[in-house]
Amino acid sequence: MTVNGSQQEHEVEPRLLLVHYIREVVGLTGTNIGCDTSSCGACTVHIDGESVKSCTVLAVQADGSSIKTIEGLADPDGTMHPMQEAFRENHGLQCGYCTPGMVMAAVSLLEEQPHPTEAEVREGLEGNLCRCTGYHNIVKAVLAAAGSAAPSGGAS
Amino acid sequence: MSILGNRVLRKEDPKFLTVGGSYVDDLKLEGAAHVTYVRSTMAHARILSIDVDEARSAPGVLAVLTAADIDLAPIAPNGMMNSAMVQQWLASDITRFVGEAVAIVITEERYQGTDAAELVFVDYEPLPVLIDQEAAVGSEVQLFPEAGTNVSMKIDFGEDPDFFAGCDVVVRQRIVNQRVAPCPLEVRAAACRWSDDGRVTQWASTQGAHSVKGDIAKYLGIEPEDIRVIAGPDVGGGFGAKIGVYTEELLLPWLSKRVGRPLKWVETRSESMVNLGHGRGQVQHAEIGGTRDGRVLAYRLDVVQDGGAYPKMGSILPFMTRTMLGGVYDIPKMEFHSRSVVTNTTPTVAYRGAGRPEATAAIERAMDLYAAEIGMDPVEVRRKNLIAKDAFPFTTPVGTTYDIGDYDRALDLVLEAAGYTDLRAEQQRRRESGDRRLLGIGLSVYVEITAGPGSPREFGAVEVKPDGKVIVRTGSSSHGQGHATAFSMLVADRLGVELDDVEVIHGDTDIVPRGQGTMGSRSLQAGGTAIVRAADQVVNMAKSVAADLLEASAEDIVFDPADRQFHVAGTPAVAKTWDEVATVAHQGEGLAAEIDYKGAGATFPFGAHLVVVEVDRDTGKVEVKRIVAVDDAGRILNPLLADGQVHGGLAQGVAQALLEEVLYDEDGNPVTSNLADYAFISAAELPSFERTQMETPTPLNDLGAKGIGESGTIGSTPAVHNAVIDAVAHLGVRHIDMPCTAEKVWRAIGDATT
Repeated sequence: MTVNGSQQEHEVEPRLLLVHYIREVVGLTGTNIGCDTSSCGACTVHIDGESVKSCTVLAVQADGSSIKTIEGLADPDGTMHPMQEAFRENHGLQCGYCTPGMVMAAVSLLEEQPHPTEAEVREGLEGNLCRCTGYHNIVKAVLAAAGSAAPSGGAS
Repeated sequence: MSILGNRVLRKEDPKFLTVGGSYVDDLKLEGAAHVTYVRSTMAHARILSIDVDEARSAPGVLAVLTAADIDLAPIAPNGMMNSAMVQQWLASDITRFVGEAVAIVITEERYQGTDAAELVFVDYEPLPVLIDQEAAVGSEVQLFPEAGTNVSMKIDFGEDPDFFAGCDVVVRQRIVNQRVAPCPLEVRAAACRWSDDGRVTQWASTQGAHSVKGDIAKYLGIEPEDIRVIAGPDVGGGFGAKIGVYTEELLLPWLSKRVGRPLKWVETRSESMVNLGHGRGQVQHAEIGGTRDGRVLAYRLDVVQDGGAYPKMGSILPFMTRTMLGGVYDIPKMEFHSRSVVTNTTPTVAYRGAGRPEATAAIERAMDLYAAEIGMDPVEVRRKNLIAKDAFPFTTPVGTTYDIGDYDRALDLVLEAAGYTDLRAEQQRRRESGDRRLLGIGLSVYVEITAGPGSPREFGAVEVKPDGKVIVRTGSSSHGQGHATAFSMLVADRLGVELDDVEVIHGDTDIVPRGQGTMGSRSLQAGGTAIVRAADQVVNMAKSVAADLLEASAEDIVFDPADRQFHVAGTPAVAKTWDEVATVAHQGEGLAAEIDYKGAGATFPFGAHLVVVEVDRDTGKVEVKRIVAVDDAGRILNPLLADGQVHGGLAQGVAQALLEEVLYDEDGNPVTSNLADYAFISAAELPSFERTQMETPTPLNDLGAKGIGESGTIGSTPAVHNAVIDAVAHLGVRHIDMPCTAEKVWRAIGDATT
């Protein structure tokens, strides 16, 4: 498989989860693990362009596919992806733990729905949990990245 | 112009957004083995035997240990607790909750630990299980027979047989403030490595590195100078549950020495849900008495606090509930009683607000119940009883002195922002038209305690390096709050440097000599004040140097951070630049200062929250339509960070009011032990928030700042709760306990209308 464009070849245990493969074998620790029931979305990555919780996939199932993690989202010259920029501008992160998965899920959401409503963003991110932000600024960031209007809620 | 008060983007973010943070599990620790804890599957049982033979011979196993292998003194409870309620490092003869550690497996690799742990066989003899905290008070089933009671701590404040004398009405209500799970996205994790010089480094996901260091020294008998603790380097949230130090992490240096390997321990979420301390867990009996025309005369609260199997910080929290018992109201008589008890459940600890949300929930429900009883609008009842703006500093009957506030103004602002009159009209319209979408309007006016109780303390240091960069060291410790940005702003303001020229170091006990950590919404007012005082001292040192250069007296030197120049007062044309002065200073004593700040006392943020909900008359399902929050935490340093803090708190308030609850079955089995079963709130269950910030500076610190980390939770929980009950009050519903799930609301409607 490729991870962020780089070819990866390893012999792994059949039961190794993709998220552990990415973190411990490939050594990219931006993707986090927040639960063990596929509920939190902290481990969200893109497999062949679609967002997937990488704790629900075995590494061997991803054989031959193209994986993108948070480390592969910005341009090679370091310019942040518009979604990363929007999260920063809108304070869509605090402790940072859910952030890589949340950003990857949000990028994928806009690919499917380029101009979502606030309700669609909220529904679309339902599978990604955050304990710090109350989601307000995450939703705002996604809408900003989509070029949509800010949420109805008031101040900043 | 000062940078203070501006919306400044976080310095921390680019890293988190591009490569992710550096959490404990991300550490690449060469040669590290993995620690896995084997956990009790019984809530209360005698351990007859533990068979570890098969586990010892499993692939990759370096060691399997049980209580018999550990020769350390057990963990005594806090001095305020019943001293017989001692916790062993691993359950030895008795296990007291599902999830308690009973054995340790150390393996080469992570998956091998899970495999080997399944080969540890524990023979249990079940004991009667105690889950109900109210029953625990006088139960014959005792968790610690040697203690002679399940009560770990009592508070009795006041005992007046004529307490309600003069009251026209007295309203009583049992209120459950349910147990919830803090759920930081990063679970508990720690790593440990001994170096050849005999020192040990411990990485921990904690809110305070120095308390981890203190506990390692205390419990493992290691000299403090031989211990280095690093918080993180990044910590993925804490919410109070990572204040205390847990046995699992505390034991790592001892285990590491024993197996001669660096170690890493990362719990799973399912382990975390039953081992990371839980929050809240109070059953309250509130009694409020007053006149028919709305004047509250007496308020009494009786609390049974569930401490879980071993008394930790949660068992102490009734003290905080007592401290702000009457909230924002000027109530002449107050009484408080509490019993903290042990039960066969996960121990309770601090959780965002820690004892204050419980106080607010009780008084704000009581005010609504009293208003309903006398047939008065909840706004009017509150108005008649709010502590007046000119009464501060105000000492309540429980002896707490509130620094400063303007509660009427907060109430005015929230009503105006929400359009209260129109909302009531719409509610009435829906009721009259038989609309099945019932509108509920809930209010809370709150005060809370930050950087308390007692005097806030913190270490802060500022050092200007020869290259002009500024190093800030703080004993406060970020786990998402944005310390690097906030503290850089303070230093930029004082020294006139760019934000990027300031480096903030926290959470490393080798670099920061002392520290309290981050808890109780204290970082800006305690840590920040220490830093500005250190920065001011650095400026004074520079002024002395400038005075020599300008041949003047130091008192006459003026420093203007905007142009970074020193001049003699009245003669700005003759000036020395900061760089000129710093160069000379660095040939001498340098420019560095350390401060151990001790503040005058806790501060009392306040505000008013108004929540609008829709309740489906047929299903009981609640939808939050609006959350309007007015919060005053004194002077705001960075509105971006303040907003973020409040938003997170508001979400956790809604979560407790509507969704989240830790539950056990009658045998003590947790039924919410993972994120599939626990109702962790998501984006889809929340609206965007409407905020108004008030700023009433506190006189108690240099920055005029109070804390804002917990007010969102404290204010919003009862506002949401009251809104749900308000929606169905006309049907005859008087009270529904949290969480107000569709089923509970539906049942309450059914009970009231049939």
